[in-house]
Amino acid sequence: MKLKKLLATLLFSSVGLVSYAQAGTLDDVKSKGYVSCGVSTGLAGFSQKDEKGQWSGLDVDVCRGVAAAVLGDAAKVKYKPLTAKERFTALQSGEIDVLSRNTTWTHTRDTSLGLNFAGTIYYDGTGFMVRKELGVKSALELDGAAACIQAGTSTELAIADYFRENNMKFSVVTFDTSDQTRTGFESGRCDFLTSDQSQLYALRIGLKNPAGAIVLPEVISKEPLGPVVRQGDDEWFNIVKWVVNASIEGEYQGVTSANAADLRANGNPGQKRLLGTEGDLGKKLGLDNDWAFNVISQVGNYAESFERNVGMDSPLKIARGLNAQWTDGGILYSPAMR
Amino acid sequence: MSVLPTSSSQTAFYNNPQIRSVIYQVILTLALGYFFYLIVSNTLANMQSRGIQSGFAFLDSTAGFDILMSLIPYDATYTYGRTFLVGILNTILVSTISIVLATIVGFIIGVSFFSQNWLIRTLARIYVETFRNIPLLLQIFFWYFAVLSSLPGARQSLSIGEVIFLNVRGLYLPDLIAEAAAGYVYAAMAFAIVGVWLVKRWAKKRQDLTGQQFPVFPVSLAMLIVIPVLALVLTDMPFQWEFPVLRGFNYSGGITVIPELIALAISLTIYTGAFIGEAVRAGVQSVPHGQTEAARSIGLKERQIMKLIIVPQAMRVITPILNSEYQSLVKNSTLATAIGYPDLFTVFVGTTLNQTGQAIEIVFMTMAVYLLFNMIISVVMNLFNRKVALVSR
Repeated sequence: MKLKKLLATLLFSSVGLVSYAQAGTLDDVKSKGYVSCGVSTGLAGFSQKDEKGQWSGLDVDVCRGVAAAVLGDAAKVKYKPLTAKERFTALQSGEIDVLSRNTTWTHTRDTSLGLNFAGTIYYDGTGFMVRKELGVKSALELDGAAACIQAGTSTELAIADYFRENNMKFSVVTFDTSDQTRTGFESGRCDFLTSDQSQLYALRIGLKNPAGAIVLPEVISKEPLGPVVRQGDDEWFNIVKWVVNASIEGEYQGVTSANAADLRANGNPGQKRLLGTEGDLGKKLGLDNDWAFNVISQVGNYAESFERNVGMDSPLKIARGLNAQWTDGGILYSPAMR
Repeated sequence: MSVLPTSSSQTAFYNNPQIRSVIYQVILTLALGYFFYLIVSNTLANMQSRGIQSGFAFLDSTAGFDILMSLIPYDATYTYGRTFLVGILNTILVSTISIVLATIVGFIIGVSFFSQNWLIRTLARIYVETFRNIPLLLQIFFWYFAVLSSLPGARQSLSIGEVIFLNVRGLYLPDLIAEAAAGYVYAAMAFAIVGVWLVKRWAKKRQDLTGQQFPVFPVSLAMLIVIPVLALVLTDMPFQWEFPVLRGFNYSGGITVIPELIALAISLTIYTGAFIGEAVRAGVQSVPHGQTEAARSIGLKERQIMKLIIVPQAMRVITPILNSEYQSLVKNSTLATAIGYPDLFTVFVGTTLNQTGQAIEIVFMTMAVYLLFNMIISVVMNLFNRKVALVSR
């Protein structure tokens, strides 16, 4: 009877709608065979695709480190480009395993979105870029100016606060991607471009006349950038956090991709513990003991990653500054590997 | 001879077709209700287990960001609820401007298809074929980046009489500030409009009775101009001009029309105008040719035939399509996000969603608003349609 069939289908379909228990991300990644990584749509130095389709950058190196630690191969990553507006929804919904997209760690994002920030890989701040011909030497001269900003970033809030504190007026022109903000800046639609300082250096390279734009000295906010994972999955949170720490600790201990194999056998106790020949730090994370060895030998330690992507070996030429080890005048500090 | 089983003339109650249909409908309603309840409670439970905030309390928190253009007072100290209102007003502004202009453009194009002049007909065809087939997003990008970005910077603006300025930051127009006595001028304008309406009614009645035509258009125009001007003179010009002045980085004062609004309005007008043009052509073609022949035989001019005979009958076919096109236009206005025009989608679903992370509530509110706009358009157009629908002869 048709009525019976209808009732039966409704009953069975409603059973399927019951919410399922969340499987651990670590198990998911191991069974999938790759790490799904959310990156930007293209930001030089942090996550950018070259002509051959290869991704590189500081954020990309975090994902490669996680893949090396969990799966033993830094290449087992699938990258998903995301705009500033969609990045958190993609992570919340489970589309990606880790968000490594130059995302600023703020209170609201940490508490109300169901996400956890797994450390900081780059201490940045909001800066200003203006055209040299305007003759502006300081951000305090920007009263009444128009700003080009990427929509949905913490920059929008930082700028509004700064101008309010200094009793200055400004108007804001928002764009979807940082490339469009550069086009707006070049066309003269706005007087200054504002974003994290690292992004400003990256954007300046892409200008038709890079020498015609200067980055003003003021840094008006704290923007610690780092990877983000979902709440409620402590195992995965620990893994991503300690991959970041391993890279920083690697530099501190003097382990590089070149000497990692050698130091694994002949290093001092601190290096041996990091690289897994002593202790079982890997097992405590749910990984093999050579997790950190894989990270450093395949991706490099923090210094190698920094110089290659945003430092002196790259077009951006950003100095270590705050991002040096605490023993070198910066604030990078990893808890001990023991 | 087989014996027929005795059966009552009443069938069992569940075989009665009417009762059956009621049972089916009740079951279906219950099933749908249960389904929606499951979806909503599933979503809320999942959000809670993942630590994602829900609820509408965020509408009272301080926004902390600025918006490029707002028709009501707004700055970073207002709430997220206020950004919702700012977005709604901006969407209404661009949609209304574009609907009016697109209708005008569409009717001109549509009527051009039937011109005696070959060049005009061909240009109309080229217009429709080009702008109908290029994706709207590309057209928006074209108008914004290519055309407007080739305008000069603020310090080298194009100007008309040093009073109107055009540069890459926008179009700067002088503003009229009303003083106290301006009320009389507004009253005079209202009086003039009522007067025009009365004149039209009187002229129509006179034509029905005596057949004499009255030059309504010139007389109305004269009334609309003379009466307010008289009021202006008598109250000694109670208006002040506020001119845009170049100060520091940009012009301030006066009315600013941002290039994002101009680009969006132009592209929506041109794109939707092409579709409306086709709708008008369909409507005009639907009027039987006998009407045109009869009109010619009583000596009406071509322009009069189109205006008095053809288009009023064509509206029967055009109005339902106009309904869809207007609704399409309102939805297409969300492409404003690509060029940063602060409409509802950009401000609320873009920035506010990203700052608060409450995707579900925000998207739901935005969907409800667009649904409301489109239903209002639909209701108005359906009323208009009913008025315009003629009984078939």
